[in-house]
Amino acid sequence: MSVTILIPTALRSFVDRNSEIEVEGATVGEALGNLATQYPDLKQQIYEDDVKLRGFVNVFVDGTNIKKLNGLDTPVASGATVMIVPAIAGGC
Amino acid sequence: MLKLTKDLASAIRAAGAAAYPNECCGILFGREENGDHVVTALKPIDNARESGEQYHRFLITAEEMMEAELEARREKFEIVGFYHSHPDHPARPSEYDRDHALPFYSYLILRVAEGKPEEMTSSRLRLNREAFDSETLEINP
Repeated sequence: MSVTILIPTALRSFVDRNSEIEVEGATVGEALGNLATQYPDLKQQIYEDDVKLRGFVNVFVDGTNIKKLNGLDTPVASGATVMIVPAIAGGC
Repeated sequence: MLKLTKDLASAIRAAGAAAYPNECCGILFGREENGDHVVTALKPIDNARESGEQYHRFLITAEEMMEAELEARREKFEIVGFYHSHPDHPARPSEYDRDHALPFYSYLILRVAEGKPEEMTSSRLRLNREAFDSETLEINP
């Protein structure tokens, strides 16, 4: 099934400047995995290793953080919107 | 280069002074023009760090960022960076800033000394994440 992944500005240079991309996948993990296969440079930016996302990477499915669902195993319906969102922190 | 108007720069200075001795933070909305970031609006964010840590740390939660991304898409602009203050510290990125930054974005830092806003700088993280490069900060009338 096809889902739409929304790409934040910081990561668009790794996906040919696209702001959203349609991919296939029955779960968040499958959809992101297919996206990473399509754009290997993006994979380095959002994955810590082959399966784990980097700490600053958050993913929302239709507005809900997957941390409150089943993580990367969260199922996605056809037409769902998956959003990659960086958390921003810093300090002196 | 990061470009912003005098009014927006003043708003950041006021936010830094108001938050002192804690850090203020917010999002820079705007557009990219030939590699430069042009700021057209600010989105002040309540520092989400625990109150006892806000004197040297800031956090914009994933939920706030999601809302900001959606707002930017609706209004046809982009998130081009972030601003935050360094109370009684220099206006340059810290190691903590580098550990938590992303390439592409402009990171505007305001030094606030004893409650008074002072120097403002902007930097961008290199793609390899090894260091920040400072960028020209242009403030227009």
